[in-house]
Amino acid sequence: MPSANGTREITYVEAVREALTQSMQADERVFLIGEDIGVYGGAFGVSAGMHAQFGGERVIDTPISEAAIVGACVGAALTGMRPVGEIQFMDFITLGMEQLVLQAAKVRFMFGGKATVPMVLRTPGGSGTGAAAQHSESLETWFTHVPGLKVVMPSSPYDAKGLLMAAIQDENPVIFVEHKLLYKISGPVPEEPYTIPLGEPNIVREGKHLTVVATSIMVQRAKQAAEELAKEGIEIEIVDPRTLNPFDDSLMIQSVIKTGKALVVHEAVKTSGYGAELVSRIVESEAFDYLEAPVRRLAGLDIPIPYNRNLEYHAVPQVENIVAEARKLVRGEY
Amino acid sequence: MAKSKNAQTSQAAAKRKLSEKQLHDMLYTMMLIRRFEEKALDLYSLGKVHGTMHLSIGQEATAVGASGALTQQDYLLNTHRGHGHCLAWGSQADLMMAEFMGKETGYCRGRGGSMHIANVDANNLGANGIVAGGLPISVGVGLSIRARNTEQVVMVVFGDGASNEGAFHESINMASIWNLPVIFLCENNQYAMSMPVEKSINIDRISDRAAAYGIEGVTVDGNDPEAVYAAVSSARQRAVAGKGPTLIECNTYRYMGHSKSDRQAYRTRDEVKAWMDKDPIERLVANLGMSKEDKDALFKKAEAEIAKAVEFAEASPEPDVADIMEGVYA
Repeated sequence: MPSANGTREITYVEAVREALTQSMQADERVFLIGEDIGVYGGAFGVSAGMHAQFGGERVIDTPISEAAIVGACVGAALTGMRPVGEIQFMDFITLGMEQLVLQAAKVRFMFGGKATVPMVLRTPGGSGTGAAAQHSESLETWFTHVPGLKVVMPSSPYDAKGLLMAAIQDENPVIFVEHKLLYKISGPVPEEPYTIPLGEPNIVREGKHLTVVATSIMVQRAKQAAEELAKEGIEIEIVDPRTLNPFDDSLMIQSVIKTGKALVVHEAVKTSGYGAELVSRIVESEAFDYLEAPVRRLAGLDIPIPYNRNLEYHAVPQVENIVAEARKLVRGEY
Repeated sequence: MAKSKNAQTSQAAAKRKLSEKQLHDMLYTMMLIRRFEEKALDLYSLGKVHGTMHLSIGQEATAVGASGALTQQDYLLNTHRGHGHCLAWGSQADLMMAEFMGKETGYCRGRGGSMHIANVDANNLGANGIVAGGLPISVGVGLSIRARNTEQVVMVVFGDGASNEGAFHESINMASIWNLPVIFLCENNQYAMSMPVEKSINIDRISDRAAAYGIEGVTVDGNDPEAVYAAVSSARQRAVAGKGPTLIECNTYRYMGHSKSDRQAYRTRDEVKAWMDKDPIERLVANLGMSKEDKDALFKKAEAEIAKAVEFAEASPEPDVADIMEGVYA
């Protein structure tokens, strides 16, 4: 894959759109389907201009019918197409769960490996827009618990493009979770098409005092936290799984062996969250013998996302929470 | 957009006179389905088939009539009560029986069982354990057919109970607004498990729901393979002519319970008997003027084919546990 160095900067939303556009140009089997993705351009503007470019047969506006959107992806994928569905808010995936969990994820296995379901379901997740409890969910862990699905959460424009192009080329159903607050961030993204293999994590920053494993927007917050901590002489290493399932954990485990300490950070609620999986993988591995402190989780509170701005802010980890937790772990003040 | 109407006239116009040979073939397939299911029930009682089992004995005419009206290039999505559809679609009884017994040689390598049989090579995209589960998928198959610009159609089979699920309404609405080549075939066997259709639906005909989506809706005698054939034929013609989906309701009846554990306290013996008097196999035998000897001989032929299928399945190997993780991901 090309390096991000020395390329133009575009936003995360532009990177997602570029991945879709280039995938559709390269493969006529790829089409988009979802609510308000046509002339409207998508609730978050991801498909802006694409209806004009590709027409209504390849950028398909649907009625409000999440189950049918997901099912349409399954049926099209089973019969030779490469659909990319959009669920307007991750919360609404609840309405399409049967098609996703009982159909998309299981068809291949139930049929003895004699069918493939190469579909992508994109959806914006996460809080921070003041949209309250039914438009702010972080449900990624649900899907990591379903064999047959792949779950991807890009944290940067570069990753968003490369991972989405890989997801579209993948032969399996992939849930691609974009964070609403990441759409506006900018970063270097090569113009040419490229893929980032699903399942490969990324060392976002190197450090020696603590391994911070973070997902989605928490990677960006961990990077900001790292700047703060560096001023105190604390160098954290940041690992981004990028693909939550499947996830090759060897880089993470090597990192923890190096630093001797680990902090896991995600936005979703803590109880039974993906962080529990990450912690388990660390303590089940050879890294256990190198641990100098308990492995800690920093996650969303076990509440629905509140409407009030200040309450919403305090419902999920922020930069200062990561700084404080990291500092405590490194100083042994836990 | 075609408006729903009483489709009797157009149906009659499209109704093809089936040849004696075609009817004879249909009769044999119906007998094969019946003997297959009876044998599967025996094997279940012997513990050689496990899990749960949903028999379609009594509903054979709908399966053969519907499949007979489609081509080998068309697609099928069907239900957990789908053994008949699968056989009528041309699947091999031996590979099906092997799947029932969980063998490696089965259509799904023993991973699916009776509820999830698919024959993807033959465009049979599988039986579904979720009652309206296939309907949204059929919309995607319809989109795919249109994108690939072929003259195929997809038929999705479901029961009366599924027509009360949200997925039914979402799917028919989508297929309708986009004029997709989807045939929605409802097998109204009068019960959703124990729930009688007259208590679960406040209209006389499920096909009347088509009107709400601006598509053609038709109710036919599901125990008459010719009637089902005619309805599906004309639905297919409409679909490939770009006139969109059709909702076909086939009135029929299952003689057995919902599944193996069903004590059938919700219906009377008299009711079952009344439907048995309209048995689709006996009716077609009579229509063809077939003698009892010829009928028995044909049943014997079906029994022999099923016996060979069982022999094949019994002799087939179990899946290797070393392969247990295969097929989750491509």
